[in-house]
Amino acid sequence: MLQVLVLRPKRRCRCKIDRMNATQTTSARSQSFARPRFKAGDEIIVTALEHHANIVPWQLVCEQTGCTLKVAPINKRGELLFDEYVKLLSPRTKLVAIAHVSNALGTVLPVKRIVDAAHTQGAVVLVDGAQAVPHSRVDVRALGCDFYAFSGHKLYGPTGIGVLYGREELLQSMPPWQGGGDMILTVSFEKTTYNDLPAKFEAGTPNISGAIGLAAAMDYVESLGLDAIAAHENRLVELATAELQKIPGIQIIGTAANKASIVSFTLDGVHPHDLGTILDHEGVAVRTGHHCAMPLMTFLGLPATARASFGVYNTEKDVASLAAALGKAREVFG
Amino acid sequence: MDLKDLYRDVILDHNKRPRNFGTMEPSDSRADGHNPLCGDRLTVFLRMNGDRVEDIRFEGKGCAISTASASMMTEAIKGKDKADIGGLFGKIHALLTQQDAVADPSLGKLAALSGVREYPARVKCASLCWHTLNAALERGARAETPATVSTE
Repeated sequence: MLQVLVLRPKRRCRCKIDRMNATQTTSARSQSFARPRFKAGDEIIVTALEHHANIVPWQLVCEQTGCTLKVAPINKRGELLFDEYVKLLSPRTKLVAIAHVSNALGTVLPVKRIVDAAHTQGAVVLVDGAQAVPHSRVDVRALGCDFYAFSGHKLYGPTGIGVLYGREELLQSMPPWQGGGDMILTVSFEKTTYNDLPAKFEAGTPNISGAIGLAAAMDYVESLGLDAIAAHENRLVELATAELQKIPGIQIIGTAANKASIVSFTLDGVHPHDLGTILDHEGVAVRTGHHCAMPLMTFLGLPATARASFGVYNTEKDVASLAAALGKAREVFG
Repeated sequence: MDLKDLYRDVILDHNKRPRNFGTMEPSDSRADGHNPLCGDRLTVFLRMNGDRVEDIRFEGKGCAISTASASMMTEAIKGKDKADIGGLFGKIHALLTQQDAVADPSLGKLAALSGVREYPARVKCASLCWHTLNAALERGARAETPATVSTE
């Protein structure tokens, strides 16, 4: 934990490292931030393209507090209907919880505009940045968000560790979410006082090797340059999109104007799981399934998609291999 | 391993033209099967004569392995009684999960599923319909709501 902060003195924001992934940081925040202060009549807004990890914790909060979950709709291209989102905002809105980048479609959400609109109603905004941080430069203060969470393993780092950024006054106002060693200053049977940030939220022995591994991963990513990574991946996404569009029967799922690092697709007559097996057989690893975004798949009327994700290690040759493997899938299924 | 060992012609054929596909109204028993990780869903409908499956239908959405396995299952079990079906279930389970299993001649076309065991992630695709059939058989006569089984 210290390692990460020391290595990044220029990041002066109040950053904390949980020994948790983005799922767990979102869950912890929902319990520590939302549960004590939300009540019946309050509203939480999410978008229709969220990962389950940014839906289910809020449903739990709704069950626990009586507040209501509202869903900002998207269009078939996978873009947020911004005006519809704004219509959902009201003084009842206590929290807006959104992805920065859709893990299923690659849509980049207009976070700054979403945050600005939410703040006019006094709502707090939490951004799930698990898919954004590895692929682009993220400036939480420029975005203006109140919380920003991401995972280590999406950043070429270890599993089981992640980062939650939070505005200091909000983190100060939140009760600890776990009790134990390190999160206290003094303990007596009469009165316990809590440690300062970020230790207040880090009870027990931390994931030391995870934090060191994550720091190394962040150094690696920064040594490559986040702008260079974004440029490299955008080139591959554009190339892959163009190559896939040439293949008969391919439908690209998610065609937002602003996309990052992902091409999600289906092939007519071949179920995505069969596609995954055939591509795997040809040496191409893709993710198939509902991508932990079942409400999104239901909206799109699809059981599943195949998803090619591009990272720093991918090349144009990989795009050619993907296209060739899709040709093989068409051949197998005649 | 060749892809053709998984996607054999008989499997591709049953995927394209699933047999006994559709609903059955009324049925004596039905069960829903769901593979939550991949989203495959199917429903099995049975018309029984005592312990014997007089007729069977299935419907749902799934991959080629799941659809073909269900289609071939309906052909294999129609007219058989519960004890025979239990025996077939044991043989197909062994075929899907044991590396050295040799297809029993009584499996007939179902032996084409032997390639699935080389792809552990796909075993559930092939077995979902059998678990769902079992639930429908156990469910018995004219239940108000169908039983649901899950591979998880």
